Amino acid sequence: MNMVQALNSAMDVLLKNDPNVLIFGEDVGFFGGVFRCTDGLQQRYSSQRVFDAPIAEGGLIAVAIGMGAYGLRPIVECQFADYIYPGFDQIVSEAARLRYRSGGEFTSPITVRSPYGGGIFGGQTHSQSPEGLFSHVCGIKTVIPSNPYDAKGLLISAVEDDDPVLFLEPKRLYNGPFDGHHDRPVKPWTDQAGADVPAGHYRVPLGKAAIIREGGELTILAYGTMVHVALTATQETGIDAEIIDLRTILPLDIEAIEESVKKTGRCLIVHEATRTGGFGAELSALVQERCFHHLEAPIERVTGWDTPYPHTFEWQYFPGPRRVGEGMRKVMAG
Amino acid sequence: MTKKTTLSLHIPEARFRPGDTPDFSYLNLPGAGEAQRPPVTAVASETRDLAFGMVRVLDDAGNAVGPWDPKLDADTLRKALRAMMLTRYFDDQMFKAQRQGKTSFYMKCTGEEAVAVGQALALEAGDMCFPTYRQQGLLVARNWPLTDMMSQIYSNGQDRLKGRQLPVLYSAKDAGFFSISGNLATQVPQAVGWAMASAYKRDRRIAAAWIGDGSSAEGDFHHGMVFASVYHAPVLINLVNNQWAISSSQGVAGGEEATFASRAIGFGMPGIRVDGNDLLAVYAVTRWAAERARSNHGPTLIELFTYRVAAHSTSDDPGRYRPGDEEKYWPFGDPVERLKRHLVGLGEWNEERHQALAKELQAEVKAANVEAQRHGILSDGPHHGTDTMFEDVFKEMPWHLQEQLAELNRFEATKEAGHKKEGE
Repeated sequence: MNMVQALNSAMDVLLKNDPNVLIFGEDVGFFGGVFRCTDGLQQRYSSQRVFDAPIAEGGLIAVAIGMGAYGLRPIVECQFADYIYPGFDQIVSEAARLRYRSGGEFTSPITVRSPYGGGIFGGQTHSQSPEGLFSHVCGIKTVIPSNPYDAKGLLISAVEDDDPVLFLEPKRLYNGPFDGHHDRPVKPWTDQAGADVPAGHYRVPLGKAAIIREGGELTILAYGTMVHVALTATQETGIDAEIIDLRTILPLDIEAIEESVKKTGRCLIVHEATRTGGFGAELSALVQERCFHHLEAPIERVTGWDTPYPHTFEWQYFPGPRRVGEGMRKVMAG
Repeated sequence: MTKKTTLSLHIPEARFRPGDTPDFSYLNLPGAGEAQRPPVTAVASETRDLAFGMVRVLDDAGNAVGPWDPKLDADTLRKALRAMMLTRYFDDQMFKAQRQGKTSFYMKCTGEEAVAVGQALALEAGDMCFPTYRQQGLLVARNWPLTDMMSQIYSNGQDRLKGRQLPVLYSAKDAGFFSISGNLATQVPQAVGWAMASAYKRDRRIAAAWIGDGSSAEGDFHHGMVFASVYHAPVLINLVNNQWAISSSQGVAGGEEATFASRAIGFGMPGIRVDGNDLLAVYAVTRWAAERARSNHGPTLIELFTYRVAAHSTSDDPGRYRPGDEEKYWPFGDPVERLKRHLVGLGEWNEERHQALAKELQAEVKAANVEAQRHGILSDGPHHGTDTMFEDVFKEMPWHLQEQLAELNRFEATKEAGHKKEGE
């Protein structure tokens, strides 16, 4: 399966298993979603379970919170993560805090799915990576898959989790893995690692990272599309890097990170999001605090620049394998 | 050829400011009994007159008149009177407690008691209320223990919210009272979602949301109205127009050009404006909207026109922005006095019984206050253990919160050890 099919399969399983699961969002019903993620679900489960919603992200998320308080387990889709901001207040002030502020009386078992990330000539408002904004919010989990197998297993875990989850889907990976080499032909998921997706129910646990490549010289912390970029950069540089796909950025798998950095003594953090205040800053601080005596070089970050995501300069902005490779060499030299 | 003119910006201004003598005759209020009562199947366009006019049942003499008279029995009327009076005494007591430094903050609903009490009585016990911070009368009318509310206000050891919330931001799931948020208007689309869930599950329960005139300017009010309309959600959206959003008059929220109830027409749902100080009218309109929602005819917007008699909160001084005695000129009078007069007129109440009830309720509030304070007050504890500060952020405490909890405990232990050393 490609990632779209895997996500579709996850939602199919969730709808089949639990009558309290329902899905709504802009264009997700009859049409099946602008990325086809909910294709066929309304036809299979009725418009009561899968339906189109007004163009109002604040309303979508608020309505989901109300449904969650009633006892349902809604999945809402924000068409692009760039358009999640009208719902920011509802996520930050309401979904994330409901359990806490009500002393556990009310909970918000909602999942907000949203395509995110660049590398598709999406310009300013179809390319953003806002995960850092949400990692600063207490009470919400943020999950980002990097392959179809994880996408399905993590989405099932997210929806079955009793806490609110922001589920960011790297749209650049929907149809195939992408390593940043935009000049090469696009590969489909067929025969790629992580494309073998079971048809039924299974979970990939939240809060657990995956070691994508074992290595001894350097630890690379990545998620989403950057996992694939890091893998290619590792092949191209010949540096024996250990690549950790965080999968959940909050709660974070700190044990996996610590263990790896203490082994390698070096750490490179890569993400598409802008640098200042990005999640990489948190990762860097944690590694510095917990692995200080094992570090043989300063921690490096290869990230998007601190500018809005441009259109023309897509490949000067996107942290591709050459920039990641240079970051790796810098850490090795440090 | 049109005359050339420069543009000018219109800034709504409150009609009366400190030092002015208020005159509400501009309101052109309809008389009691004048409004028509359409069937609950009415469509938006059939409620135009109700959205721009006003439902009033009690006339100046205290008689119930017109098609909206809910014809409540005397016991229900006395129950309503009791709940309104109890709410007012509760407010007075808690206001005092704040002034005595026993808690940090309080908000009264003086003059608005008929809204929450009348609506609580018109809804069913299982219906979920999504209130603002000024519907404490819902809890009182639903017989929620006063000590529980007070414990929340004192953030004491019995506070079910474990001292996490500001005073008055109650949560009482068992009373069908949704957790109050400090962020305005957020609960309106949430109530719509709850109502949609109830319809999805083929339940019989409905939802009701409250919002003030000021916060109806928030986007979430629009979201709530759109979703309620699109999905025919079984929900009541109650807009309490008390004419003031802290220091801003309702004109600043858009109340100058049209009534708030009339917003509903554009969304394709009925809108009804009601005399918010007339318990019978509030009850009747709420009942109508609830029946409508419960029979799958969809949502209703109710504008409850009233006046915020008290300061916005214990941190506010209304004498700085409006006439100090403005409420005396407010033509709807006092909701408690009006219901009392009605009951007396029916021969179901008298001054003696009223005084006895007043005494009884004041004693009840005092006793509850003594009981609540036995479990602690904000300034003096006892409070919940600091450990609880880290609980309920997530269902299970993740490692980073466990570490922060341990860090705080270590720090507190060193602090205590330090104090002991100094004391030695």
